[in-house]
Formats: sequence, C-alpha cells, structure tokens
Amino acid sequence: MHQASPEMFKIEHFVVEGLHCPKCIREIEGTLSENDKIKNARVNLSTQRLAVEWQQDVETSIEHSEEVISALDKIGFRAFPFNTSKVDKEAEKASKSLLYAMGVAGFASANIMLLSVSVWGGGDMNESTRSMMHWVSALIALPTAAFSGRPFYKSAWSALKGGRLNMDVPISLAVILTCAMSLFQTYLQSDHTYYDAVVMLLFFLLIGRYLDQKMRSHAHSVARNLMSYKVSKATLLHEDGTTEDIAVEMLVPGQIVQVIAGGKIPADGIIVSGVSDIDTSLVTGETLPVKAEAETVVYAGTININGTLNIKITATTGNTLLDEIIELMETAEQGRAKYVRLADRAASIYAPLVHLLSAATFLGWFIFSNIGWELSLTNAIAVLIITCPCALGLAVPVVQVVASSRLFKSGVLVKAADGLERLAEIDTVIFDKTGTLTLGQPELANADDEDVSSFNLELAASVAKSSSHPLCRALIVACHERDIPTIATTSEIREEPGMGLETTINDLEVRLGNREWCGIHASYLPNNRYSELWLKVNGAKPVLFCFKDRMRVDAHDVVGWFIRRKMKVILLSGDRKDVVEEAAEELGLSRYKHSCKPQDKIEIIERMKSNGDKILMVGDGLNDAPALRAAHVSISPSTAAEVSQNAADFIFQSQKMETIVRAYQVSVSSRKLVFMNFALAAIYNVIAVPFAAAGLLTPLVAAIAMSASSIVVTANALRLNFEKLYKSHEA
Amino acid sequence: MDGLIYLIPIALFLGLVGLGFFLWTIKNGQYDDLEGATYRALFEEDDIEEEQKQKDKDD
Repeated sequence: MHQASPEMFKIEHFVVEGLHCPKCIREIEGTLSENDKIKNARVNLSTQRLAVEWQQDVETSIEHSEEVISALDKIGFRAFPFNTSKVDKEAEKASKSLLYAMGVAGFASANIMLLSVSVWGGGDMNESTRSMMHWVSALIALPTAAFSGRPFYKSAWSALKGGRLNMDVPISLAVILTCAMSLFQTYLQSDHTYYDAVVMLLFFLLIGRYLDQKMRSHAHSVARNLMSYKVSKATLLHEDGTTEDIAVEMLVPGQIVQVIAGGKIPADGIIVSGVSDIDTSLVTGETLPVKAEAETVVYAGTININGTLNIKITATTGNTLLDEIIELMETAEQGRAKYVRLADRAASIYAPLVHLLSAATFLGWFIFSNIGWELSLTNAIAVLIITCPCALGLAVPVVQVVASSRLFKSGVLVKAADGLERLAEIDTVIFDKTGTLTLGQPELANADDEDVSSFNLELAASVAKSSSHPLCRALIVACHERDIPTIATTSEIREEPGMGLETTINDLEVRLGNREWCGIHASYLPNNRYSELWLKVNGAKPVLFCFKDRMRVDAHDVVGWFIRRKMKVILLSGDRKDVVEEAAEELGLSRYKHSCKPQDKIEIIERMKSNGDKILMVGDGLNDAPALRAAHVSISPSTAAEVSQNAADFIFQSQKMETIVRAYQVSVSSRKLVFMNFALAAIYNVIAVPFAAAGLLTPLVAAIAMSASSIVVTANALRLNFEKLYKSHEA
Repeated sequence: MDGLIYLIPIALFLGLVGLGFFLWTIKNGQYDDLEGATYRALFEEDDIEEEQKQKDKDD
C-alpha cells in the first residue's frame, strides 16, 4: 500500500452492506456530498461498493476513511474499507477488452450484412458493383477479424504451444482461412465471399464469452465483498497504556494488540498478559475452547471468549500454522491434475476430424475432377466454414452463464470457471463438521438433565442476560425456545472477565461461570466433551449446563440426499472423538474420522483420489483449506476462513445446506445440456458437411446455418431455468 | 447504381459514428453499474437538496 502513487490514493473504495434500493444511493451520496473533503461519492449498486474521490488537497488517511464509515453508520449503513487488488483490475480490463471486441464485431457484422443482403438480393447487380461491395466488405471485415479475434488467437496459440488442442484452435483457423479465402475470391471477382459469416461468428462467440466472463467476475466480486465484511480493526496498545484503533493490515510484528472478550484475534502472536478461553474452531475444527494464558501462541481468526488479552504480534517466521497450511496447499495444488474442460475435450476430437474432412475434400476434388486447385481449395475451405464451431463454441459458455445465474439466485457463487463441470462428476462427498455441518454456535445440550429444571434455566438466563458471551446467549436462546421468561434483576450484575457473572436475586447470591468461579472441584461431574457453564446458588447444589455446536437445520436431509444417491459420504473433523461420533450418529453416517490434522485430511483425499474417487470437499476452517484444494471440487460456506474461501470453487451464502444439493443438481443438468448442445452441433454438421464438400454451399446458406445453430444452442441452454431444484424440509 | 458511390460511405460513416459512441460509453464507465443506472434516471438533483433542507428544519 505504501508504494502506491499519491494519485491512486485519491479514490477510495468501500463495501456497503445491505445496498439494494434507490433510496440508499441518494441517502449515501447526499450525506457524503456534505463533507467538503469529498469531491465526489458514487455508489455502485451492482457491485455494492462506494467510490469516494477525495479533494486534491486532502490526504487520504485512516481518519478520513473512518469519517466516511461513521457518517454512513449514522444513516444506518455498515461500510467496510475495500482494497482493490490487482486481480480485480485485471478482470475488469479483460471484461472491457471483450466488450470492445464485441462492439467492433457487432458494428462490422451489421454493416457487412447490409452489403451482403444487397448482393444476395440484387440478382441484376453487375459484376463491378458486386466486386466493389466485396471490397468494401473486406475493408470492414479484415481489421475486425484482426481486432475482435485476438482473444481466440491468443488462447489458441498458447494451447498449441503447450501441445494441446482447445476449442479456440478450430475457431481461429476457421476465421483466418475464411478471411484469406474470401480475400482471394474478391481478388478473382468471383461471387462467393464469406465476410459476413466470419464476422458474425466472431460476434456470436464474443457475446458468449463476454457473458461468461461477466457472470464469473460478478461472483468473484461478491465473494470479495463477503470477505471485506470480516476485515476488522485491531486495538493497538501503546507503551504508555493508551490504545488506538487501526486496520488489521497495518499491524507489524512486535506491536502489542489488545483483544477484548468476544473479539477476534487479528494476527498470529504470543499472549503477553491476560487469561482467557480461546475458541479455535475456525482454525482447527475443535469446538471445546482452549485455555490461554501468558506465553500461549494464538492464531489469527480464533476468538477470545472471555477476559481481555494483550497479544504481541509475531512475524510469519515460517513455522506458524498459516505457513504450514499454505505449504500444504501448494503441495495439494501440484498434486491436482490439470482438468481438461469439456469444450476442449470435444475440440480435441472435433478439430482433427474437421481438418481431415477438409483435406479429404480438397484431395477428392483435386484428384477426381478437373476443376483445378483453386476451386478445390474453395470447396475445402467451405467445409471448414460450415463446420466452423459456432454452436460448439457457444455450447459451453451459454450453459455456464445460465447455470451460474440460476445458482447465484439460490445463494451459490460459482468461482471456478470449470467448477460446474467438475462438480457434475463427483461420487464422494467429504464434510467437515465444525462450521460446515454445524453453525459454529453453541446450543444447550443437556436440557433433559434433572438438574436443568426450568427454574434453574430461568435463573441462569436472568443472570446471563447482560453478557455477550456466546454461551450466555445460548442460554437465553434455550429459554426462549422453551417459553421461559427471565426475571428482571434489580441488583447489579457483576462480570469478572475470564470467570463469570455474579448478582443477587431474591436475596440469594447467584453465580454463573466456570468451575473455578463457582468453587467446584474438578472431580465433580468431570466433563471434557462439552463447553460448560456452572450455576451456583448460595446453599444449593451447583447445576451444570453443557453446550454443543448447533447443527444446521437441514444437515441431516442433505447428507441423506447424497447417501440415497449412492454416494460415499464421509465426515472428517479436527474435533474430538466423542463429539464427532455423536454428530456422525445424528446424521446417519457410518464413515467418519476424528482428530484430523490438515495433513490427515489431505492424505485421506489423496488416497481416495488414487482409487479413482472424485471427491467433493465441503469445509470452512483454515485446517480444511489444503483439503479444499486437494479435492476434485470444493464448496465453502461464506462464513469460512479467508484462506479456505479463496481455495474453494464454490461458496454458499445461506444458513441452510440445501444449496449444496442445488449446486450439484444444476451442475448435472448443465452437463446434460452441454452434451445435448454438442449433439445438436454434430447433427447440424452431419447435414451440412456433405453440401459443403459437394461445392453447393452459398454464402447465404452459410450465414443462415450459422445463426440458426447458435440460436438453437442458446435456446436449449435456457431450459435450465425450468429445472426444479431441491428444497430441504424445515426441521 | 451511381448512388452507391456516396450512399455506402454515408452508411459506413454513420455506422462508425455509432461504434465510436459505443466505445466511448464503455470507456466512460456507463456499463459499470447497470442496476444503479435504472434508478438514477428517476432522481432529480433538486429533490435531494430540498429533502436535506427539510431534514435540517426537522432537526
């Protein structure tokens, strides 16, 4: 960030949560326009972002950004600073250059069509006029083919250099040869030129490419927004005891940060002072909080549950957990075979076939007739033109666009270009537990215990009301679910960080907190399975409340759906044995493994992969990231750790898991439609090729055939919108 | 057919003007926020100011 030139600093981007209505635009822009440091503020409703342009003489600084954020907060919007990355800019550039290419091709095809129609229609047109028309067409078509064809030439060239064939090879070849032949025919003043066909082909294909690119960059942009929501501030503790809020990215090793109860630890470090419990579930999958005190090493992304901690930030020395994860991810990446996309697989059969046919046409005419090499070549190229892979080139992107937008509406972001194709092939699903099958929120587990009477629950919840501790909130939820009212306490509730709460109700001293706080010996009702809270009322027997991680409402349905489809469903968790066993039993899973380290998850996946299994990995934690990379295809919830979210091919945004089934259904239907489109293209070729080889192809027929096949393929893809998608039953 | 001598250049010129305009709109960022643009068309600058004044009065 420091290297950026001052001009680049003048525009700052923010992500704004909950932007959806026209009123939002007006309110935000109106409010910010009152700030005289801001030259211009503009909301982008499509990307949910706000661009603020500062006045020339205003230095951008964190205070100024804070000013914007707090101004928006006042009118009810939550905004987060957003750093535009290089990747975003490149994607935007790619999208713009495709749009340019498409615009030029559109202009050219319209104008050439104007000339072509008059040639086709003007039967009485004399030869010199027609020739002029052709020359004018050439004047438009050749620069267009050179400019708008670049995306195809580039991709074809890099494929050929790598010794592969992709769909762009036959497309590029068809475009170049058709242009060359048409120019030759124009020079000979003959009446068959195909400028219109070539430019139209480019136009159609570019539309497909552009939409595909747009859809994917939209998914990426939403995914990036989701991540920005998590970017939080850290509280920096200065040597003189004062604190300052700074952005997490600005932290440097050696600084000391203060993390209050309930806060997220911003960076890897060592605890300097303070005692607390730490929730490491997002990092290790372990649900039981870990005790932390001075000298304990803590990781970014873990949550400080109670007690304030002062943490000294450590540099990424190469042996932190994150480093280890990244190393594992790189290994996993190398082990992943390069996936050959369907279109390219089709091209590798299709291209040689077409080129052979074309060569055979040339040789056939040249040897067995006396029309001369020019006409033989013309017929051979006519074969190439009519088989020009317009429908084939559109077969995949059109389906992809329809599928992605359908999934987007169901809350699934398709991040990987070939993700849908890979998802359709799976035969094994591996789930992570914490945060994936469960929500990562505690829930009262022992409500049926005799001790946990509604009276005790009521009492505990009344004390818990004032605390933001996750277990306290779980207690209140448990009360609500059972319609138990809480008592309004008149006396003050005292909270001891890291220990518990204390108050007086009906002249009785009541304590709610950990064992130590309530003075209970470790041997009394030992428990290392659940998170626990104790309730101690003066003179009465202490009551134990146990909490477990709340299962997603439709986890059971979704797991069952995959099992019914004869897929192998496996649970791999970093959590402890009995917790994983209980979850597996609840879900009806017979295959599970507990206490998995990231390495273990990868090893299992690699072993299954070598047996030919195609694995869908569903996971969210940092510890799942390497596994997400290693698997054939992967899905993460939007609550996942940032590294995992980057590693996953899909992201689902809802609390429910039914979206995973939907993504699978859409991918399977897409695959079916892509194959059907391939078949349609093949049928079309089988009919058209003989005519072309016989030398009966006229430019008019070529133009009509090409448009018709493109329209058929597109219409076929749109059928995906009528597909019925899975809906889980409400629990 | 003589008319073609100037009709074709005119047609091409008009087409080029259209293309130039389209490329300009891309460069100008007119396609960056299609959703927002649908609503912005309905805004009137004066309204915002007036509303603001009204708000200030209410405060």
